[in-house]
Amino acid sequence: MLQITNLHASVGDVEILKGVDLQVNAGEVHAIMGPNGSGKSTLANVLAGNPSFTTTAGDATFEGESLLGMPPEDRARAGLFLCFQHPIEVPGVRLDHFMRAGFNAIRKSKGMDEYDVLKFDRLLNERVDVVEMDRNLTKRSVNEGFSGGEKKRNEVLQMAIFEPKLSILDEPDSGLDVDALRIVADGINQLRRPDNAIILVTHYQRILNYVVPDQVHVLIDGRIVRSGGKELALEVESRGYDHLGRPAEATQASG
Amino acid sequence: MTTTNQVVRDVAKQEYKYGFVTDVEQESAPPGLNEDTIRFISAKKNEPEWMLEWRMKAYHHFLSLLDGERLPGWANIHHPPVNFQDIIYYSAPKAKKELASLDEVDPEILSTYEKLGIPLQEQKRLAGVAVDAVFDSVSIATTFKEELAKHGIIFCSMSEAVQEHPDLVRKYIGSVVPHTDNFYAALNAAVFSDGSFCYIPKGVRCPMELTTYFRINSEGSGQFERTLIIADEGSYVSYLEGCSAPMRDENQLHAAVVELITLDNAEIKYSTIQNWYPGDDEGKGGIYNFVTKRGICQGRNSKISWTQVETGSAITWKYPSVILRGDDSIGEFYSVALTKAYQQADTGTKMIHLGKNTRSTIIAKGISAGHAQNTYRGLVRVMPRATNAWNFTQCDSLLLGDQCGAHTTPYVEVRNNSAHLEHEAFTSKVSEDQLFYCNQRGISIEDAHSLIINGFCKEVFKQLPLEFAVEATRLLEMNLEGTVG
Repeated sequence: MLQITNLHASVGDVEILKGVDLQVNAGEVHAIMGPNGSGKSTLANVLAGNPSFTTTAGDATFEGESLLGMPPEDRARAGLFLCFQHPIEVPGVRLDHFMRAGFNAIRKSKGMDEYDVLKFDRLLNERVDVVEMDRNLTKRSVNEGFSGGEKKRNEVLQMAIFEPKLSILDEPDSGLDVDALRIVADGINQLRRPDNAIILVTHYQRILNYVVPDQVHVLIDGRIVRSGGKELALEVESRGYDHLGRPAEATQASG
Repeated sequence: MTTTNQVVRDVAKQEYKYGFVTDVEQESAPPGLNEDTIRFISAKKNEPEWMLEWRMKAYHHFLSLLDGERLPGWANIHHPPVNFQDIIYYSAPKAKKELASLDEVDPEILSTYEKLGIPLQEQKRLAGVAVDAVFDSVSIATTFKEELAKHGIIFCSMSEAVQEHPDLVRKYIGSVVPHTDNFYAALNAAVFSDGSFCYIPKGVRCPMELTTYFRINSEGSGQFERTLIIADEGSYVSYLEGCSAPMRDENQLHAAVVELITLDNAEIKYSTIQNWYPGDDEGKGGIYNFVTKRGICQGRNSKISWTQVETGSAITWKYPSVILRGDDSIGEFYSVALTKAYQQADTGTKMIHLGKNTRSTIIAKGISAGHAQNTYRGLVRVMPRATNAWNFTQCDSLLLGDQCGAHTTPYVEVRNNSAHLEHEAFTSKVSEDQLFYCNQRGISIEDAHSLIINGFCKEVFKQLPLEFAVEATRLLEMNLEGTVG
């Protein structure tokens, strides 16, 4: 589904990703772990097409088509979803209206009927349960005045509405207490299907107790230095990132 | 980044859709302003002597201001001087005879209003909305008059009101905006040609929206309408005005006066969707919109609410105001001003607190794109007798691109210590983060802009009558149209 080859990306003059290789197939959950500043969020944003980042070398293809040069809305319409680490506030725009606008834009691009308010409301009423979200929250402005937990749940709710093929979750666990973490993780698990895939970017192993990954990759200084099964996350948890070697060893370790 | 700049450029370049000209035979006064011009207008309207005298007084006052070069110079607007002798002060479609019914109105004019989305014919009328259609200097037709008359409501053109209801007109005209108020108010009082008149009797809640649609058509002419709305004790009316003009290279002058009066426990809700031709993207042509709008809450516990959506005009200079004379009266001002290309807007409000426990709310939203300059100018004045006056002011600016300007100039004068005033202001840009967030949900750059801008204007739009809120939203979207995804 997703094939990343030797991907390099920068912000301004600073190179953040220094040659990332990764393959994600349908039905898989990949966890990407790494210390602060290792490039995890950059990878997530570059895949979603955030214009603040420039890809300088390599390629990323989604279902056989290169993502590079594809505008972010086209990536979204192709079924790529980014769960934001820091969801953005859009004052004055009701969350349900916002979601419907995106939902319909995606349907329209596929030549499908748009949902009217009533039909979309029904869908929404059904899906809010995935993250145990108060339906009234969807009548407020997008993310405005939401607590940290509400923002994260809202991202997963949108994932439930959009039903993407590939979801990239950028630290969906950061800043959550145990209960909220369980709710978010449960939500993600409910959305796991054989025909979709998830990339879960996280700093801590904790969420991986709930959302069990098929593969774990450790990203350090813009390169994947180790890949393995879920036990790799436990190793990181007990020994930290430091022992995982210098980025120079990356090419051997990744795969 | 490039896409955003593209949008900003396109916003600045969008086309004006109401720029057509209607081909009808016109009857006009010769260009220029002198006593004969005023006699000509007055005679055309078959006015009583007192009305002519009233105009003459205003004219001589205007002359003294003009000769003394006492034009208002404080606004943040720049334009070459207007030559008042070049303007045609009266222009009307030539009437073949006295019109007995709407069927006799020139079909060209009827189709003009249809193109503007204001059908006047019986079978196509907007449900629940009575329309007065003003074409250049005259009112063409007023719909639903009989229906309104059943409730004792008078809704007609100003010319007709002078004939049919002279006592009401004479009592109230100039009582809120006297001809001595300012330069353009003096000019308007001298040469006003038509406008709407509305009277809601005691205890009547007007059963439908009242609308006046102003259309400038003739070349070289100015439009100087005068609107007067009186809400008698315990009555309520919601009134809306819309406007548009053909695209022309020269600047045309629109200098209107609107006066509102509410007596005890009465309420007037006045909404404007202003879409005069703004000029082309180089700043050539467009309407100079110099308007004086003021309401007085004469009675206790009465309320006047102004809502305006300003997207047109090369220059907008207007400050819909409320004089809160009655105790416990309420004044409100909700405004969205969108300026693009080389448009200039200097707009805001005045809230004058005279009575006890008077309250006012000001919410102003300015959006600038291209090379436009957008200024909020507002005054809150609390007089010594106005115990427990309360005001909340919020003026926000949104910038699209980096070549436009937003300015905020609030004035506050408080002469009573019990007053409570709050002021909030912020300026923001549509952020790259917001756009990316929308894009990531499949929403195009163009739709993301209009979503964010509509969100920014929401507090104002929700004040508009429902169907006009839809129109306002569409108008903003239209102004943002023509972009690449």
